[in-house]
Parts: sequence; C-alpha cells; structure tokens
Amino acid sequence: MFTSVGNLAKGMAMTLKVLFRPKVTIRYPEEKKQRADRFRGRHELRTYENGLEMCIGCELCQVACPANVITVLAAENDPAHPHAPGERYGYKYQVDLLRCIFCGLCEEACPTECLHLTQDFEMADYTRESLVLQKDQLVNRQPSKFKVPTHVYPTYVGRKAVKHQ
Amino acid sequence: MAVFLSSSPWIALAWVTVKALLVAGAILTGAALYLTALRKTLGYFTYRLGPTRVGPWGLFQVIADAVKMMIKEDILPEKADKAVFRLAPIIFMFTAVSAMAIIPWGPSDSVFASYVADPNAGILVFLALGAISVYGVALGGWASQNKYSLMGSLRSTAQMISYELAMGMAVIGIIIATGSTRLTDIVNAQHAWPFIAPQILGFIVYYISALAETSHVPFDLPEAESELVGGYFTEYAGMRFGLYFLGELVAQLVQACLISLLFLGGWNVPFFLAWIPGIAVIPATLWFVLKVCFVIFTFLWIRATMPRMRYDRLMSFGWKFLLPVSALNLIIQAVWVALF
Repeated sequence: MFTSVGNLAKGMAMTLKVLFRPKVTIRYPEEKKQRADRFRGRHELRTYENGLEMCIGCELCQVACPANVITVLAAENDPAHPHAPGERYGYKYQVDLLRCIFCGLCEEACPTECLHLTQDFEMADYTRESLVLQKDQLVNRQPSKFKVPTHVYPTYVGRKAVKHQ
Repeated sequence: MAVFLSSSPWIALAWVTVKALLVAGAILTGAALYLTALRKTLGYFTYRLGPTRVGPWGLFQVIADAVKMMIKEDILPEKADKAVFRLAPIIFMFTAVSAMAIIPWGPSDSVFASYVADPNAGILVFLALGAISVYGVALGGWASQNKYSLMGSLRSTAQMISYELAMGMAVIGIIIATGSTRLTDIVNAQHAWPFIAPQILGFIVYYISALAETSHVPFDLPEAESELVGGYFTEYAGMRFGLYFLGELVAQLVQACLISLLFLGGWNVPFFLAWIPGIAVIPATLWFVLKVCFVIFTFLWIRATMPRMRYDRLMSFGWKFLLPVSALNLIIQAVWVALF
C-alpha cells in the first residue's frame, strides 16, 4: 500500500513539474514550425537576376514526374523581347497540385535550376481549378541570385538567322 | 438590516428568493470558470496551452461551448420513455445546484457574504440531495431504452451509492467532533485548528469519496468515453447532455466547497497565517473562496495525473478500504470526544 501511495506521489510530482515547464504548443497561424532547408512545398519557377525566366521549356520535369503533374509547352523566344535566354521558353506551364506527391524529382531533373519547391505548404483551396497552378502563378518575378550562364546560350537572333548545317 | 429583513415573512421570502437567484447565478458562473480553469490547467499540465482562440487567453471558450451545446439538435430516442428521459438530467442538475443553497459563504454576521439557508441539519440536507442525484443517473440510463445506457447507469449508481456510505461515515466524524450538523457551527468549531489536523483519516476518506461521488478522475467510469461509450448518457445530446456535464461540474464545485468547510476551516484564517498582524482585514469570504480554488486545483491536478480505475477495483477500494478507514476514524473521534 505504501509503495502505491509513493507511486501516486511520484506521478503527482511529475505532472506538477510539467505545469511549470515551457509548452510545446506552436500557435499555428501566428507561429510556424521551422521547416527543413530541403522541405518540398509548392512549386515555383525562378528567374535570373536580370529578370529573364530560367525555364527553357525543355520538358524534362514533365518526363521526370511520376504522377503526371506537370504539363509544359515550349515556344520560341521573340529575339527582341525574350522570355528566357536561348531559343525556347516555357510557353505554358501547369502544375496540378491535386496529383502532386511532392517527391522533388522534377526539381532534380531541371537542368537550369529553374524549378524549385518552396517552403510554402499552405495550399488548401476551395476548387479543383484553383489548385491547377498556371504559369503566372508559378513564376517568381523576384530575381534570384542566379546569373545567366556564359558560353551556354549563343546569341539568339531568331530561327531564320541561324544557319543549320 | 437583518431586523428589517425578518420583519415580515413576505420580505424574508423575497430576500431568500433574491439570495437563491444570486447563489444560483454565482454557482453557474463558477461552473463556467471551473470549466475554463479545467481546460487551461489541464493544458498546462500536459505541455499544452489549452484553448487560446476565443477571446483573450481563450477565456471565452466556455461561452462558445455553451452556445454550441444549445444550438445542437435535441435528439430524443424513438423508444425512450420521453417524460423520464427529459426529467432525468433536470433532477441531476437540480440536486447539484440546490446543494449550493446550504453552503455558507461567510460568517453569519455579514449580510451579503451569506447563504440562502442555514438549516440545522445542513450537512444532512447535502447528503440527502446527493442521494437524490443518483436518481438522475439511474433514470437517465433507464429511460434511454439502450442496453449500454442501462448498464452504464447501473454501474454509476452502484459507484455513487457505495461511496456515499464512506462519505457519510467521514462526515459523522465531523459531527461527533462538533456536536452539530449546522455548517456554520462546524466552521466555527475550526477557529483554532481546521479539522484536517485531528481527522486526517476522515479527510482522506471524504476527499476520495467526493471524487468518486462526482465521477471525477480516477473514478470517472460513468463517462469512460474511450472504452465504455459514455455510460448512462450515451443517448443524450445537445443541452440535455450539457445538463449532465454542467451538473457534474457544479457537483464538483459543491464538493470543493464542502471539503473546505468541513476540513479546511471554511472562512477562518488559515492557522499558519494567523500570526500576521492585521490579517483579519481580509474578508472572510475571500479565505473561503481561496480554499475552494485550492481544492479545485488539487482536483485538476489529480485529473491530469491519474488513469481511470477498473470497476472491480473501484468497488473493492470503496468497500474494503475506505469504509473500514472511515469506521476507524469514527472510532478514534468517538474515543477522543468521550475521553477529553
């Protein structure tokens, strides 16, 4: 009997100690948990520091995607007002978040480091349509630290000017 | 003022009515505060913050809960005994609230910090009301026409009746020491020493049976929602369930009041603070409220710590441990009073 009273006292002491300890609650909308550096959230398409889009419409992300989330249609750049360095740019870029499993294979496949999975995880919405992200929702117009690589893109002046041998 | 109030029976009746309404309002407000304290304290006891969303520091969560209860659908089971089904939670709530009428809030010479009634059978009235509240449980489970409710109500009824016995025995120890069943006399008898000192066994028995009477953790088998589907109020929804819930809270408050009146000295200044000069300035009612708050805190502390007891252990603990211990306490008190 005395051991059980002792055990009860031990338990009571434990809970009393917990009463004065710091709380683990994270008050979500105001405070957010620190996410890992490599956290895979919503997609974004980054831009070079000079404002050109990094996406060159190569469709490698579309091929890499195991869930058929990404749809890319490429188009030719207008040499006077190019969207991206080089010949092509992503004309249409869709990410169907309802299908996405956030595996990050698209990010790995991207040759220009354009596609990036952000820290943003709050993607709830009311309609299916709004969860299919279009290009204008995906492109981050804030220039990133990336510079247009030299010796990769020859000066592009339009298809007719290029001499294909 | 007291002379004026007793000048005519009608004025006295009106004054008692006003006091009754005040006490009923106070006890319901107290139940709301208790619920808030319960949520917050249980949160803090388990590394959480408790409710924080509604109002500053989550203080208005209770109001939101009450509104939710009231606008929920009032489900009446098709085969239920309608009248009894409706009556049972009212009995439960009525006994819990009306027990508050005999609780003295302060010494009888202060007018406002007074009580609705100070019957000379005070503590017996309380025990009688506790016995009636068992009907709320038994009839509720019976009228639901649900086997689980019926079994649950039998279980709860057996628990309440068993622990009522030990509780009554613990109270008899107090009555022997005081020579009166009037609660004000009992408090006045504790002017020098609270009864917890000479009657520590009685205190332990009374405290444990108070927890069991009000189906508080570790004896909350009546509402073992995780394994026994809510027991006797399985079929109750909305505010009818709310009445049971609130009745339980009020009953726990009343028990906390009684523990502080019977064993902790009521509104007397705690003996370890009595040496401080000028301590008598603090109103007596404040000491009473502080003691009740302390008892409530220990209730919450136990709630945060203890797991639920198994039913057979609950029964054997009540009959084979608490009852003999309260009998022992009774004998000690009787011998003490006879010898000195």
